[in-house]
Order: sequence, then structure tokens, then C-alpha cells
Amino acid sequence: MSLLSIENLSLAIHGAPILHGVTLEIAEGQITALTGESGSGKSMTAFATMGLLPKGTTTAGAITFDGTDLLTQSEPQMCDLRGREIGMVFQEPMTALNPVQTIGAQVMETILIHKAMAPERAEERAREVLDRVGLPPDRYPLSRYPHELSGGQRQRVVIAMAIALRPRLLIADEPTTALDVTTQAQILNLLKRLVKEDGMAMMMITHDLAVVSDMADTLNVMRHGETVEAGPTAQVLHEMRHPYTRDLFEASRHQANLGAAKANAPLLSVQNVSRDYPLPRSSLFGARPMFRAVKNVSFDIKRGERVGLVGESGCGKSTLTRAILGLEPIQGGQITLDGDPVWQNGHPNLTVRRKMQVVFQDPYGSFNPRHRVARLITEPFHLLSDPPKGPARDTAIAEALTAVGLKPEDADRHIHAFSGGQRQRIAIARALIIKPDLIVFDEAVSALDVRVRAQILDLMADLSRTHGLTYLFISHDLSVVRSITDRVMVMRAGEIVEDRPTAELFAAPDHPYTRDLMNAAPQLPDFPEAQDAPHPAL
Amino acid sequence: MSRNLILGGVLTGIFVVAALLSFIWTPDSVEAMNIANRLKPPSADNLLGTDHFGRDILSMLMVGARTSIAVALVAVGIGMGLGVPLGLAAAARRGGMLDEVIMRMNDLIFAFPSLVIAILITAVFGPSATNAIIAIGIFNIPVFARITRGAALSLWKREFIMAARVAGKTRSRISVEHILPNVANLLIVQGTIQFSLGILAEAGLSYVGLGAQPPIPSWGRMLADAQTMVSLAPLVALIPGLTIVAMVLGLNLLGDGLRDALDPRLKVVRA
Amino acid sequence: MLGYIVKRLISLAISLFVASMVIFGVVEVAPGDPASFMLGINAQPDTVAALRSELGLDQSKLDRYLSWVSGMLTGDFGTSYTYRTPVAQMIADRMWVSLPLALYALTLSTLIAFPAGIFAAARRGGPGDLAVTGATQLGVAVPNFWFAMMLVLIFAIQLRWFSAGGFPGWDGGFWAGMKALTLPAIALALPQAAILTRVMRSSLLDILGEDFMRTARAKGLSSRQALWRHGLRNALIPVLTIVGLQFAFLLAGAIIIEQVFFLPGLGRLIFQAITQRDLIVVESVVMLLVFAVIMVNFLVDLTYAAVDPRLRTRV
Repeated sequence: MSLLSIENLSLAIHGAPILHGVTLEIAEGQITALTGESGSGKSMTAFATMGLLPKGTTTAGAITFDGTDLLTQSEPQMCDLRGREIGMVFQEPMTALNPVQTIGAQVMETILIHKAMAPERAEERAREVLDRVGLPPDRYPLSRYPHELSGGQRQRVVIAMAIALRPRLLIADEPTTALDVTTQAQILNLLKRLVKEDGMAMMMITHDLAVVSDMADTLNVMRHGETVEAGPTAQVLHEMRHPYTRDLFEASRHQANLGAAKANAPLLSVQNVSRDYPLPRSSLFGARPMFRAVKNVSFDIKRGERVGLVGESGCGKSTLTRAILGLEPIQGGQITLDGDPVWQNGHPNLTVRRKMQVVFQDPYGSFNPRHRVARLITEPFHLLSDPPKGPARDTAIAEALTAVGLKPEDADRHIHAFSGGQRQRIAIARALIIKPDLIVFDEAVSALDVRVRAQILDLMADLSRTHGLTYLFISHDLSVVRSITDRVMVMRAGEIVEDRPTAELFAAPDHPYTRDLMNAAPQLPDFPEAQDAPHPAL
Repeated sequence: MSRNLILGGVLTGIFVVAALLSFIWTPDSVEAMNIANRLKPPSADNLLGTDHFGRDILSMLMVGARTSIAVALVAVGIGMGLGVPLGLAAAARRGGMLDEVIMRMNDLIFAFPSLVIAILITAVFGPSATNAIIAIGIFNIPVFARITRGAALSLWKREFIMAARVAGKTRSRISVEHILPNVANLLIVQGTIQFSLGILAEAGLSYVGLGAQPPIPSWGRMLADAQTMVSLAPLVALIPGLTIVAMVLGLNLLGDGLRDALDPRLKVVRA
Repeated sequence: MLGYIVKRLISLAISLFVASMVIFGVVEVAPGDPASFMLGINAQPDTVAALRSELGLDQSKLDRYLSWVSGMLTGDFGTSYTYRTPVAQMIADRMWVSLPLALYALTLSTLIAFPAGIFAAARRGGPGDLAVTGATQLGVAVPNFWFAMMLVLIFAIQLRWFSAGGFPGWDGGFWAGMKALTLPAIALALPQAAILTRVMRSSLLDILGEDFMRTARAKGLSSRQALWRHGLRNALIPVLTIVGLQFAFLLAGAIIIEQVFFLPGLGRLIFQAITQRDLIVVESVVMLLVFAVIMVNFLVDLTYAAVDPRLRTRV
């Protein structure tokens, strides 16, 4: 008997249809996953269950929780259910807590709002729950404020709030998407443990098939507001009856065909580079303390080489990237490209700049919304002393757009006419247009859905073969780096802890931290068909 | 187009047209006094009645609109002309010396309300409409500097600015080429609001005698003159006041309408 | 926390120092000689010189600045050129009208704006919200001195509930004094209340879109409970800034409103001093006003730290 059953749920916001006849079952003591790409309606299904829908939403169908249809419940009745019978955990732990209240007060509130216990007892319970989620009293007293905790710790507090009254259903909406891979593993283990201990039902929303295969007992694959396939996880992933499920799975484990590197002469040289940031003063009159974000880092990139730089947030990889691009000065060591320093006499060296380009993570933020594609992708021409004009400029634009799989006519369109994946292609066109010696991909595929990500990775591999690119690919995700680099560097706390050819590193990681990263990453299962793929999945 | 935009545009338009029209034509002379005809109620000759010198109130209001609009417009010009570049410069070097100095200067000016600045200037140079312009203008500088800096700071974090930097553009060039166009909407909306505040401030200053001096008609002084006779002729006090309300309301509606039309998420300051 | 206060205190001292330089610079170093102005254009040069030396105007500018500042620090604001009485005494007398008026108005404005803003935000888009935003739209457009005149017309002249102006002094009893300040305070407060209501409403609406409000709802709080328990304190942070700024406007606005109601406050004093060219009074009153504004902003900064724990841990 299932605890929650959603039957034929349709939902529209101000008349725009979001869900069309979603049907699913969630049983007690089980983890049921909802997966799909952005816009598939998986989060909206969760909010419908919570009764927290935006104004102007109309629903049809039924959401039956323990025999009552939640869609027909009044708001006070839903308030009584929320937090007591159904708890919820959100994607973004950094903003999910009230910044001006202590964590103790916020956990206690769940208990007190339902008048479940006397205040003294509620405080004891809050303490117990925080202990349960791995926040022991000596380091995490109830009087802590959210800003004193890291993202992973805050997510634990959110989980504590959600389970304080032992709800029968826990909804987790992308609970680890914003977290580092090692933290993600801990939070996923915590959730699994809590489900097991309390016999809760859990609705797990995630875009990540690897997380699904690791966590969920039952799987629902959603697309465009519909469930396309449902069943026990292992069975669904094994049979993959629906082509969309197969698409998602293949894209998740996609390995681009890079071709062999033709690396020879050194291009980029990073020698003993250090980068310091001033911290806020700890005392009023002392010198400002410095934080060394990059510690004495050295490496080379040869012409034609494709190098990955992997690390978790705060490891210094972004800082190092900005230093290589000459956007910020360094406090020690030297960075040279083709023998010329990137930063000279207190200024970025323009002769070096014009040999480097970058592709950023956010396909929406990396373009000035007011300009047309032609103007956007020709911005690097500014670096050239004699930029092409007239027909030569048009030819360059057409070539760059064609190279990334777009049409020359797209040059006259505004950026908002393009999807996220197309924008990332335009970003690559912008990087290619001055034929740079080195391209830096800064988390360039991290914001993309899996299928689009696979296409962009293929595009990079194609360009790499046709244009003989040299690039530095920065990512928090080891598995992405695997198929499109010749060499991987792993960075941790400002230092490069491992720097080896990609195949070697994945076959036998040397450094314990690399091993931690690899073990923490959720794995896609290997099925017979999958083993035919050129590279086994991570 | 929203109702706010239309209503605000029409109201503002009426006043601008009336002010411009007053250069070539008014129903009656604003200088000719006719004591015999004083404090008359509205009639066919004097649509809005006459004041204590027998002057036509409608004509006075039309010429007064000129003063109000001129003072407020120039004051907004001063505020934008100095405040926007300062805000852009401060944001371009966030946390630098320049940023620190500009922001501290801003705080300092905020400690001098425009009335206090007007008092200081008047104490030294004597009262005039120029005083009012300078006083309101100086106070507008930190307003524009602040909102420009705030909006620019969030733009500097965007990746398209990073892309422009990688393309080798200097900070000042990026400020002009990328930041300024993207804060333009905000500046237009804020400019409308500062314009309306300028009208109010000008009225207040000329009411206490720190603004335009006789014989230049101004709405504030019409009210000051009307005050002594408010029990005898309430209309003489009522009409200029309602005129100010209508003009300011029009500008505010226009500002709100523009914001909704350009970008509803704009963060406008009202103080 | 202590570091935060000390840092604010230092910046407060710097602000006061620069402000005093600016005021002194504008009033005394700028063109025009108070002595010759006071005596008129036909005065004999030796009479002017005598007055100059009596007023201390023959000293160097630095000496005069230093003696002005050190005087103010010890409560000696100098002697009025016109009345030959201590400026400190004149200011102290008038302050007992202007300061209560500004505080009265600030209290009224806050008492009106907070409930109105919360009311409107909680009913976003509904008829109650539309009514409140409509009223504020009108409120921000009304010049306070004209509004004051209309209040006089209605409540003093027509209804005779209040007197049209003047101040009986606090010797006549607290309530008599408050009654005389009531119309002026309302005139000052209402336009400010309209602004504050708008700020309160939009600040709350911003907070309503925050993730932690959704978290609160997921715990089982009703939307109203979430607004009161989590929204309000967070929304207060921008509102406080405006309250601080408004105090400056209320003090300055009081100067104008005092003219409408013939109140013997700092405003009347400063306008008399301007017409009589009594510059030492002008600069002292202006300095005092600026001091008050800077102090209020300092207090607002301290309140921030009380509201927002993130500030307490920073230096």
C-alpha cells in the first residue's frame, strides 16, 4: 500500500500547462526518485504535493496522502500536515535558512508551530535531531547562526528541521545539487540512513541519474510534464524501455571521442604561482590578514594538449584561472604564455591576452543582453591591432558560427533568442574567433542538462580534432573531465595534489584526495549494453 | 502600455506644455497688478481666480511651472552628470581607495539635507533660484552615485563583463560600453523620481524664501503669499497646492509606469 | 561587536570633522565680510575694523576654526552677532521645540507606515494593497507645508479643534505643548509615512520571495505566520536605513513646518539669523543639524548589528 499516490495530476500556471497527467506511487520505507531535465515538471510535482504552488495555479487529478486528497485540503489543514506529516528539503542550502535566527530556534520552530511538545522538551528534541543529522553539540550549539556554517552543514540543519517531528514523507528537491561531491556523498548517506531508521517514504527529485541509481528504490522518469517511465530503479535502468530514458542514460555516461593529442612545444608555463586575498580585519588596527588561495602552484601546458583542472569549491581553481587569464595580479611566481609574461609592470599584457580566450559556465550571464550575436562574438577583435573589417569580418563571424554548429544568419539575432546549449556554442564561437593559442573552459558545461552537455562535449572534441585546440578545462566534476582531456590536475586547498595523464589517473589514482573524489561520485551502473561503449563509465 | 504610464505621461505632458506655452502666451499678464480685482473667485476672465494683487492665478501657475521644471531638471542634470560617473568609477574599482572616498563623500552629503545646503548657500550669497538648483543638485549627486554603484557592482560580477575583460577592454571602457547601457533603465526611472522630488523641494525652498525671488513667479511663493489669507480665500491656497500634487503625482506615475515597461525588477530608491 | 562599534565611532568622528570644515569653509571663508554686512554699506572703515576685532574676525582662519570647534566641544557656541547673547543658550531654548516635533513626527510616521506596509504586503495585489499603494502614491506627492496649511484651514480655522499656530511653551504643561505640536507633526509625518510604507511593503515583498520563507512554509507555518516570524525582521534591515534618512528630512522639514505654524524652533531661529546676517548662529545651527543626522545614522548602524547577526561577527 503506497503512502502517497499521485493520479493523473495536471497543473497549469496562469493557463500555461506545466504538468499533464502525472501518475506515481510512493511507498513507506522507500526512496522514490523523480528524474528528468530542467522543465520536466519534477519540482512542480513536489510543490503540488506540499500544497505550495504559486498564485494562479490550477490543478486537476488527485494527490492522495494516507487516504486524503491533498488537493482538496484547506490551507489550515495543509499547514497542519506540512512539517508534521510531510517534510521538505531544498536545493539551495545557503539561502534556505533565515539568516537572523539561530539554528536551534529554527529547528524548534517546526516542533512548536505544531504544538507537538512543551518548549523545554522541544529544545531537547531539537538538540537530538541536530545530533542525528551529524551536528554534535560541542561544535554546533543551538545558538549558532546559519552564516557560521558551511553549505553542507546548513543542509544538515534543513534536514533536521524537516525530520524533527518524524514525518512520514520526506520530499528532497535536488538536495545535493549545490554541494561538492564529497559533501554530496555524506548528505546522501545521511538521507538514506534517516529513511531506513524512521521508515519514512522519500520523494527524491534529482537530475542526476547516477544519484538515482545509487539511492532510489523506485524511479520515475519525467519529460515535459509527463512521466514517461516508472518502475523499480534497477529494472528501469536495465530495460530502458522508453527511448528518452535511454537518451538520458547514454548522455549521462557520454564519452566524447577526443583523438590523440599532438602535444609538443610548451605553451603555458605556470611557475611557483601564489595568489593572496586580504581577509576582513580580525582586529581593528592590525594588518589585514591574508588568505593564500593558490599556494606555490607549478605546471606546464604544451601546445595541442588538453588539460583538466578539477577541484571542489574553494580549492582555488577559479582564482588560478583568473590569474592565468591575466585578470588579477599574482603575489608570487610567474605565468608565461609562449615565453611572454601574462602580467607585466602592474598591467595585463595585451600581446598575451590576444592568444587566450575563455568560455564561462553560465550561458545566460555571459552575454550582454543588449547586443546582437555578431557584436558579441567579435568582442575579442578588440585585442587585435588590425581587426578584420567589412567582408573579412563577416567571413570570420560566419566561420566561427559554422564551426560551432550554428548558421551564419544567426549573427543578426539577439542572444535571448537562443537556448542555453546554443548560447554555450556562441560562447565557444566568441572564443574561437581570434584563433587563440589557448582556450580556458571554466565550468563550461556545468550548467547544462545532460543531453545538451553531451552535445557540447562532442563539439569540443570535434573542434579539438579539426582546429588542433589547446585548452584548460576547469570543472568540479571528475567524470566530465575524463573523456575530453589528455591530462588531469587535481587541486585541493590551493595546491595541485595530483597531475597525471587522464587514463593513468582514472585507472589508479595516486593521491588519497583523488581517490576520495572518485569514491564520493555516485556511479552509473554498468549494464551489458553499456559495456560495449568505447570507455567504461566512471 | 500600463495605466500608470499613460496617466503619468499625460499629467506631466500637460505641465510641460503649459510651461512652454507660457513663454509665448498666458491668459493674462503675471506682472500687471490690479488691486481692485483681488482675490476674485474663478470666472470666465480668470479661470482659476485672482490672487491678493489681482493677478490671474492660471497665468501665475503656468509661469511658475517654468521655474519648477527648470530648477528640478537642472538639479537632476547635476545629480546625474556628477553622480553617475562617480558611481561607475566607484564600482569599477570596488573596495579601492576611490570607491572608499566616493562612498564616504556620499555619506557626508546625505548628512546635509538639501534645505540645509540651501540655508548655507543663502547665508553667504543671498537667496535665488540658482541656490535652489545647486542645493537640490548637490543632494541628487549621492542618490545617483549610490544607485549607479549598486547596479554596476552586480553587473561587474556577471560573466559577460569578465568576457569583455578577457577581450582586453579597460575598466573605464567596459563601464561606458557595457555597464552604462545596462543601468540606463534604472537611471531613467530614478531620474523621473528625482525630478518629482526636485519639484517638491523647489516648492519648499521658495515657500521659505530660499528659492526664486520676486518677481519670478513660483508655486512655493504663491503658497507663502496665500497663507496669510487662507481663511479669506482658501482657493488661492488650494489651487497651487493641488497643482504641485498633480505634477508630482504625474511624474511618480510616469516613473512607475516606465519601470514596469522597462524592467519591473529595477531597484529604485525613494527617500 | 566592539570592533564594529569602534569602527563606526571612528567614521562618525571623521564625518563630523569633515562636516565642520565644510560648514566653516562655506560660511566664513567664502566671500563677504559679516562685519561690513552687519553695519551696512555706509559704515566707516574703522567702525568695521573695530567690530571685526570684537567678533574675532581679524584672527587667522585656522585660529578661528579651531576656536569655533573647541568652543563647540565645550558647549560654547560663541556669541550671536545680532543679539550679543550666547548662541548655545538660543539654540537650547529652540531645540525644545524642534527636537520634540521631529521625534513626534518620526513616531507618527513609523506607527502609520509599519502596519500599513505589512498590511499591503500581506495582501499583495488585493484591494487592500491597491488602496494602500494608491494612498501612498498620493501621500508622496503632497508638499508637507501645503498639507500643513490645509490642516490649519480645516482643524484650526473651520473646526477650531487646534490653534492655528504658536507654541505655549512646555511651562504650560506637557499636554498643552503636545497639542500645539500635533498638527505640525501630522503635516510632517504623513508624506514621510507614505514613503516609509512603500519601502516597508516592497522590502517585505522582496523577503517573501526568499528561499527561507519557503522553508518556513514547508515547516507548517501559514503564510501570515511566516511573514511575521521570518519576514519582518529581515525586511527591517532596508527599512531602518530609510528611517535614519527620514530623520534628517524630518529635522529639515521641521524648519519649514515651523514657518507655517509660527513655532519658535530652530527653523525660525535660522531664518532670523539669515536675514540678520548672524552667521555664527547659522553655522552653529547647521552644524547641530548635521551632527544630529550623523548621530542618528550611527544609531541606525548599531541597530543593524542588533537585527543582523552577520554584522556582529564581522569587525
